[in-house]
Amino acid sequence: MTARLRNAATPVDTSRHLLSVGDLDRDQIAELLDLTDTFVEVGQRSIPKVPALRGRTVVSLFFEDSTRTRLSFDTAAKRLSADTMSFGVSSSSVNKGESVRDTIETIEAMGIDAVIVRHSSSGVPAQIARWTDAVVVNAGDGWHQHPTQALLDAYTARSHLGDLEGRSIAIVGDVKHSRVARSNIEMFTALGAHVTLVAPPTLLPPDTTAWDVSVSHELDPVLPRIDVCYLLRMQSERMTEALIPTLREYTAGFGLTSERADRLGAEALIMHPGPMNRGVEIASEVAERPNAVITEQVANGVAVRMAVLFLLLGSGRHLTQVHEEAS
Amino acid sequence: MSSAADIVIRGGRIVDESGERTADLAISGDRIVAVGDGLEGDRVVDAGGCLVTPGLVDLHTHLRQPGREEAETIDSGARAAALGGYTAVLAMPNTTPPIDSAAVVREVLELGRPAPCDVHTTAAITVGRAGEQLAPMGELAALGVRIFTDDGTGVQDDRLMRRAMEYASGLGITLAQHCEVSSLSEGTCMHEGEWSSRLGLPGQPSEAEELMVMRDIALARLTGARVHFQHMSTAGSVAMIAAAKAGGLPVTAEAAPHHFTLTDACCAGYDATFKVHPPLRAVSDVAAIAAGLASGVLDAIATDHAPHTPEDKERPFDHAPPGMLGLEYALALAFTQLVDGEAAMAESDVIGAMSWRPARIAGLEHHGGPLVAGAAANLCVIDPGARWTIDDSGGASRSRNVPYVGREVRGRVRHTFLFGEQVVSDGEAQR
Amino acid sequence: MAERERRLTRPYGGVFVARSQVMDVDDIHRALRRMSHEILERNHGLDDVVLIGLQTGGVQLAHALASTLEEIEEIDDTEDGVPVGTLDVALYRDDIGIRPVLPEEVTAIPVDLDGRVVVLVDDVLFTGRTIRAALDAVIDFGRPRIVQLAVMVDRGHRELPIRPDFVGKNLPTRRDELVDVTMQGVELGELQKS
Repeated sequence: MTARLRNAATPVDTSRHLLSVGDLDRDQIAELLDLTDTFVEVGQRSIPKVPALRGRTVVSLFFEDSTRTRLSFDTAAKRLSADTMSFGVSSSSVNKGESVRDTIETIEAMGIDAVIVRHSSSGVPAQIARWTDAVVVNAGDGWHQHPTQALLDAYTARSHLGDLEGRSIAIVGDVKHSRVARSNIEMFTALGAHVTLVAPPTLLPPDTTAWDVSVSHELDPVLPRIDVCYLLRMQSERMTEALIPTLREYTAGFGLTSERADRLGAEALIMHPGPMNRGVEIASEVAERPNAVITEQVANGVAVRMAVLFLLLGSGRHLTQVHEEAS
Repeated sequence: MSSAADIVIRGGRIVDESGERTADLAISGDRIVAVGDGLEGDRVVDAGGCLVTPGLVDLHTHLRQPGREEAETIDSGARAAALGGYTAVLAMPNTTPPIDSAAVVREVLELGRPAPCDVHTTAAITVGRAGEQLAPMGELAALGVRIFTDDGTGVQDDRLMRRAMEYASGLGITLAQHCEVSSLSEGTCMHEGEWSSRLGLPGQPSEAEELMVMRDIALARLTGARVHFQHMSTAGSVAMIAAAKAGGLPVTAEAAPHHFTLTDACCAGYDATFKVHPPLRAVSDVAAIAAGLASGVLDAIATDHAPHTPEDKERPFDHAPPGMLGLEYALALAFTQLVDGEAAMAESDVIGAMSWRPARIAGLEHHGGPLVAGAAANLCVIDPGARWTIDDSGGASRSRNVPYVGREVRGRVRHTFLFGEQVVSDGEAQR
Repeated sequence: MAERERRLTRPYGGVFVARSQVMDVDDIHRALRRMSHEILERNHGLDDVVLIGLQTGGVQLAHALASTLEEIEEIDDTEDGVPVGTLDVALYRDDIGIRPVLPEEVTAIPVDLDGRVVVLVDDVLFTGRTIRAALDAVIDFGRPRIVQLAVMVDRGHRELPIRPDFVGKNLPTRRDELVDVTMQGVELGELQKS
């Protein structure tokens, strides 16, 4: 492990890592989605395992608890025959004095090839990428990004709708605090779709001109013309922050009720990153409809994460090279 | 004409409030004894091609002692100041314990006595800087404290701030305000705007500063107190101060080098070196700060030198403490950004904003010039053409949180004289 | 193998320049016929036989072999014919992380391989590493009774103890030469760096 000067301004080579959807261009995204097909096939075999990452060590460093995402990454790594380690670091142990940097340097001393990071503060994966030679995969940082979620969402949408160029996607709910939303905005716009954010003003980021999106403060007018209705989780904490008066008012204005779901196009998809608050952002019955593909999203997660790990660790070339050789 | 001068600074361009002239300057003991041509002395300092100016005065420095000596001490901070051309600094009171009592004021002044810079101190407006109860400002004024501030935070309660102003006006002291309305800034870590939206970080709008500027202007008008606005960062603040001054109010204001140099886009890599309160703002704000300094609406450049250990600055962006180093870079940044930049400020006006104007605000009679016979020999010699690149070493500071690493600047302090003693020679601290 | 190697070996990309033609289209068909007869002879018919073409060079050959086998055995209905699968070995290579490689083609094994006679089909047999990877893959899909190897060209330079069961042509080559196999023939040449 090379010694690093503390506080040195080491620029991060974002092509070695997956920190943000914004670091990927359209070709790189297409490459990842195509690669996912291969790993979907692997997952269907009776022995859903390939030796591609044999001898590599992939560590999960989750400062914020998430059993589902951690399990999905773990399964992906194991199906590639990598060795896995899991550090479920509660934020309190970090507050007790062991810094993020100390944690990563301790782990790296054991010899690791990749670290999957989730943290409640935006930007921590980018900081970790400055302090380690390992490949860093962002599994969710604060409000900022959740790139593999966006990849599996794009893969799921693509598998139903085909090419997403020109499609209309509505992202509904608490965009302001949602890393899933930020990643998906960048993902769907990179693939040529048009994104509309639907939320009351208090739940939108302060300046939506940061992206090329439309904004609507009403869900109803948007419903008939969209190909995907992507619902975000509405957290009850937002009420104490005076962002919305009551959950009931939120559901009345922005929940995908049965009646609203009836007004979606016949081919329109209903998506949600999970876990769902049934009865709040989505009616329970609506979640069971055939065009609600939420369980498919979860199922595709493993294959997408295998594609990411394989491309970053196993393919012998990382993301920018893919782009250079394709052009 | 022979003279008993100890030191002669030869051939420099002397810049002070009265104007500019090329001349020699002779020092004996702690005084300037002569300014003219062909002066002689025991030791000659060649100042050809250089500016000879009053020593710089920083209205806003965090020396961290007592309480956070691992980040900085009064001694290391004073050394960094001297290297930056400063002969006087005002220490901020957000230490541990805070500077809100006679005992701590005395301790800071005592620790500052042997330092290579004239260390003065501010004191808190409220006990513990808690914003609830007035600190014993009279007692502390008697110890020489001229400026009172709760810096680190602003005084939130309107009634308490009014009372503090009324009380202060009776004492002839100045209240300085860190303008930040905590109900709008709580939990935030950068400027609210396009960048905070992209980066997924909670931000504070310009209004978090401007609302308190507005309030304090109104209260200053009501009470007749002398108010100084610290580290102004928004275009709106500059406009309000301009209007207040135009209306005859005796308010003053300062701005920090980072607010006329850096924008919120710097936060993009999540390097907490760029986290500061008030935060780095938008391009239009940076331009307004530069223009405000050039026009004189903003009176002084104050560094808000805020050292933090590397461990602290490596914390996640939203948890890291705010602040950046400034003492050794302020002059070069001012020359590069304000003189050479669009604001097209005159070099002598920059010197004014860094020496005689802050000296007047702080009530420091021995600093800020003018450079005439009989005046205290607090001055610095600046090479205005020297080009250099700021590195990540942090200079003489104990900390290294420098947001300007790799930046090419011009203007460098070669010598600094503190009451006649050469504390910096050829860019090296002498003690 | 040539096509894959052309894509993957340094310098990546470049143009294949033919120097001589080793087999023409008729030679290919005669070889396919002979190999089919050998497969039938060795396995006493087509019971339990599955052909697996290695991506990309072996796929067309596998389909061609299947048609020829069915023709010889007079099988009209392809439902009773020889099952043909395809296999991309990219995920099983031993040089993962050393050379750029991405699985680009389909892996599709249409039948359960337990107890089967698997005939791997590739265009060129060279170092043997691709076949080793293919064996690993096949065993992940099930437990064949026997695995055999059919190649159109064996060009030598083996680095592993792998030998073919059915060969179209034995072709001695220099290591720096390239062999290009299509259904139209086999050419020997080299890679012109672009």
